[in-house]
Amino acid sequence: MRPTGEVGFVEWERARRRLWRACALVVLASSTGCAASSPSVLHAKGPAERQVTGLWWSMLAVSVVVIVFVVVMGGWGVVKTRRRREEDIHRDVPWGDRFILISGIGITGAILVAFFLVSLRSMATLARARPSSVEITITGHDWWWEARYPNGAVTANEIHIPAGERVQINLRSADVIHSLWVPELAPKIDLIPGRENEMWIQANQPGQYRGQCAEFCGLQHAHMIFFVIADTPADFNTWMQDMAAPALAPATPIAVQGQQVFLSNTCIGCHSIRGTSANGQLGPDLTHMATRATIGAGTLPLTPQTLTQWILAPEQIKPGVTMPPTSLTPDEVRALVTYLLSLGFKS
Amino acid sequence: MDLELTPTGKPGELLPNVASGPRSVSWWGMALLIATEATLFALLIASYWYLRFRNGPVWPPKGIEAPSLTLPLIMSAILWASSAPVHFADRGIRNGNQKRLRYGLLAGFLLGLTFLILQVAVEYPPALKIHPPSSGVYGTLFFSLTGLHGIHVLVGLLISVWVQARAWRGAFDRHRHVTVQNFAMYWHFVDTVWLFVLATVYLAPRI
Amino acid sequence: MTTLAEPLEELWSEEPGLGTWLSTVDHKRLAKKYLYTALAFLILGGIEASVMRLQLAHANLKLLDPETFNQLFTMHGVTMIFLFSVPVFSGFGVYMIPLMIGTREMAFPRLNSFTYWVFLAAGLFMYSAFLIGRVPDAGWFNYTPLADKPFSGGVNIDFYALGLIFLGISTTGTAINFLTTIFKMRAPGMTLNRMPIFVWGELAMQVSLLFAQPALTLATVMLMLQRHWHYHFFDAAAGGDNLLWQHLFWIFGHPLVYIIVLPGLGILATILPTFARRPMVGYTWVVLAEMATAFIGFGVWVHHMFATDLPAMSISFISLTSFLVAIPSGIQVFAWLATLVTGKIVLKTPMLFVLGFILIFVIGGVSGVMAASVPFDQATTDTYFVVAHFHYIMAGVAIFPVLAAIYYWGPKIWGRLLHEGWGKVSFWLVFVGFNLAFFPMHLLGLLGMPRRIYTYQAGLGWDSYNLVETIGTFIMGIGILISFINWFWSIRHGERAGNDPWSSETLEWATSSPPADYDFETIPEVRSLHPTWDQPELKDGSQPPELGGRPLAEGHRVLATSLLDATPEAIVDMPHDSIWPFILTVSLTLFFYGALTRIAVFAAVGGAATAISVLGWIWPRGQTQEM
Repeated sequence: MRPTGEVGFVEWERARRRLWRACALVVLASSTGCAASSPSVLHAKGPAERQVTGLWWSMLAVSVVVIVFVVVMGGWGVVKTRRRREEDIHRDVPWGDRFILISGIGITGAILVAFFLVSLRSMATLARARPSSVEITITGHDWWWEARYPNGAVTANEIHIPAGERVQINLRSADVIHSLWVPELAPKIDLIPGRENEMWIQANQPGQYRGQCAEFCGLQHAHMIFFVIADTPADFNTWMQDMAAPALAPATPIAVQGQQVFLSNTCIGCHSIRGTSANGQLGPDLTHMATRATIGAGTLPLTPQTLTQWILAPEQIKPGVTMPPTSLTPDEVRALVTYLLSLGFKS
Repeated sequence: MDLELTPTGKPGELLPNVASGPRSVSWWGMALLIATEATLFALLIASYWYLRFRNGPVWPPKGIEAPSLTLPLIMSAILWASSAPVHFADRGIRNGNQKRLRYGLLAGFLLGLTFLILQVAVEYPPALKIHPPSSGVYGTLFFSLTGLHGIHVLVGLLISVWVQARAWRGAFDRHRHVTVQNFAMYWHFVDTVWLFVLATVYLAPRI
Repeated sequence: MTTLAEPLEELWSEEPGLGTWLSTVDHKRLAKKYLYTALAFLILGGIEASVMRLQLAHANLKLLDPETFNQLFTMHGVTMIFLFSVPVFSGFGVYMIPLMIGTREMAFPRLNSFTYWVFLAAGLFMYSAFLIGRVPDAGWFNYTPLADKPFSGGVNIDFYALGLIFLGISTTGTAINFLTTIFKMRAPGMTLNRMPIFVWGELAMQVSLLFAQPALTLATVMLMLQRHWHYHFFDAAAGGDNLLWQHLFWIFGHPLVYIIVLPGLGILATILPTFARRPMVGYTWVVLAEMATAFIGFGVWVHHMFATDLPAMSISFISLTSFLVAIPSGIQVFAWLATLVTGKIVLKTPMLFVLGFILIFVIGGVSGVMAASVPFDQATTDTYFVVAHFHYIMAGVAIFPVLAAIYYWGPKIWGRLLHEGWGKVSFWLVFVGFNLAFFPMHLLGLLGMPRRIYTYQAGLGWDSYNLVETIGTFIMGIGILISFINWFWSIRHGERAGNDPWSSETLEWATSSPPADYDFETIPEVRSLHPTWDQPELKDGSQPPELGGRPLAEGHRVLATSLLDATPEAIVDMPHDSIWPFILTVSLTLFFYGALTRIAVFAAVGGAATAISVLGWIWPRGQTQEM
């Protein structure tokens, strides 16, 4: 056997192991550090997700031990056997079978069964039926979220819930398979056409929690974003009542003109504004759209400029979107935008 | 004709140049093909049961009657009967009997052809009027399962034509006949699958 | 002994030229075709990945529009899995299995040719979609209803479904060929417990393929029937079920990952003992573990569907089996470790790739174990966490053992050693690049990034990880390219290898490098699990007849032996080269284009040509055992 390439190896080996330890530290540090602005599974803000993070940390700890063991034993083999002579190798390894069976079946099996039982207990906790204070039906569309409340409130892409209370969610789909994932609050469940799936979520504190569709659903899967907004229970009730109320009447002449533009164009084919004659069911309900912060299911913040752009040419912002471009005059658009941005709550 | 043995070069070792059954390489090819096709049918049948139970207790769905049993039972009798002459042919050529081979294969072919004609020309047309595949999940499943089986029967008939052609030209004898064996294996497989198709499509809706 | 070489050469050589390039049935030539073609698809898949990684390097980039991105991630998956990973391991198998088991050919040489040509044709068929911009774009698992007509009206999905049906013919044929070869053509004395672990790994792979492929064929045929003939398997409104697609797909898809992993682990189990200078510790356990993985692998598919709200009972059961399937993998890892500490490690390039892979496999394995936990999986499925997991395992096994095999077996196949120094450079770039590319994905998934999104918004804390991953991808790509250049350069200019440069234990090293057309001058009789270590008379594949070597030089023939004990049973005449497998492939291609374009004339002509080609193939010519 030619000894090429083996000079200086021991230094390499030491450097390699040092490099690995450094990487591991960087990685572990960053896993807790940079998550501040991310909708992170690790920063569970609800009891369902807390189950997940509990499982994560315990499985991670055991996994790190396993990896370290493999690296140490493998590294030992690499470093220590270099000086051994081939003649000294014994084919028969009397401890071999025992080692393989104890580590491979015994210890590995015990760890796996333990993981399974702990997971099973989490599943049971998650599945335990508890009364929910409100039941929301969420229907997935390409590429937005429809939310319907028991009192007739209908909205899109921003799902209000009462903080500290359990909320039941019924999941439907109008077209293809989607998946509701709000990482800080709950594991995900799919929305499957023809099936009625269910999940529950609960947020410990009031706040805004970002979610995103997690089942590839076509062209704009990347822009099917939603927000779960947990209010105090009192605020939530107010919100639900406000959302169920019909739309505010236009208060200024421009807004009145805007409403006319809306009702006399193709908008009503897809959109509803409750309290007017617009009753389209294909697109998001716009009754109180001014209370929402984004447009295009989280694609852009809602401002007069983005709304104008969206109305004129939505496919420029979200290529492939179902909403067609409109051919309105600049005046008409200005009026329409003014009207739509006036659709808030009366409070 | 005795089996010819050839020396392999290892002192004292003589081996035959032909083989049949599991000693033959080509037998394994057919056996493995049957294994994969059997899996295909098993999965389609499983899909049938899966969709059936997702569609609730009423099956066939409202508006469709359970298929009548007369024709399918006649077809079954004919198809299963066809295995006998094929087996007869297979056994026959193992003993070197050319006549049994030729007429056994022919009888099997004719019975199999009758089965297929009954299925395609007699059973299918009215069924296509009542529940074509496009009408719903029942029609889809009915025609998929019986159709897949029918295609396998057709392939079997084509193989039979080939084997018969070779048989009539004297290609087989008491030692050299693995092709006949392979065909017989395939044919018996197709007949066995029919049992499961019969049970699933025709008998089960009546339970 | 060399008096045999001439007549054997006469019997086994093929005429050079374009003719036999199309009609060859020589397993070594076909294997090289498999390898070159698979590696070409690796490059295409790598380009697809690289372009995607550029798009994702930063928030809101507009390098790619969403449709193109969706096409790229779909074809990246299809290419890497179907057109690279599976064929590359089949290719190494086609070359090495006959040599490792001591025979001269695969059981069905013309089928071998056919399955190669169909692989190439099906791959080109799917890639021809790029010519018209109608590339499959619903993901490599192609869920309905997205893949159904209302949401995918163009021919994109038809390329996908028909391409995979077409390819399925090749994988089924390959499985039948491999299994028959392994069962029936092992050298006398090579009982099952003397069979090399690589052969066991390929056996496990091909058995799984035999039983898993029908699920994919069934699902894709059902999809085509639904898309074009209004069948209702998957549409809920008419009584179908979208989850039926998922069940059938994953009944195929999960065993598929073991289909890819097991031969890779088999390669590892061949190279590791060589460079540890000792036999694998716990051979029996490793073999049982490989077979157990394949078997249990059929019982875990529902874990891809944990987020679909299936009944708790079935989900819990599958969670248990998904945890337990890690045990056989663990057994193998501990066997490798025991071998490492009781041998003498020689750090040549193949061994570096092996050692790097052990770490990567364990990392991928623990993230997979985590994914067996239902609540954790429901949080991380369809996110970058699971992308990390499967790239650690799948990309890990597709890159490291494959590169190791190129350095290890390259000298046997082309007769030249690859450059060691550049091999080491390549290894470090690949190892560092791989971990930079895929490790941060674990974190990204936990930080909320779903998979299959063509862009993401700023301010979510995802940017820097994505950038690191993109850089890592390119570093890894450079490393792989260096190995490819090394490989092709070495074919011409590498140091000559000799028969057995690594002093290995398996039979392929008892032949010349490259082997003669007839592989072995005499079919050897095997008396050990490590024939080239224990039987010194095996030189140049010419074990003398007194010691068991069978020349079988009177015809184009090999030896058939029994399944368990490999006792000689019959002499088998092998076919010479034939153009019909190629013609049949061309006919089928025409038929599939007819089905794709719905132009009846193409389909009819293709169908007729298929029938004629089959007849041409099986028409008796008196030279082989009859069909």
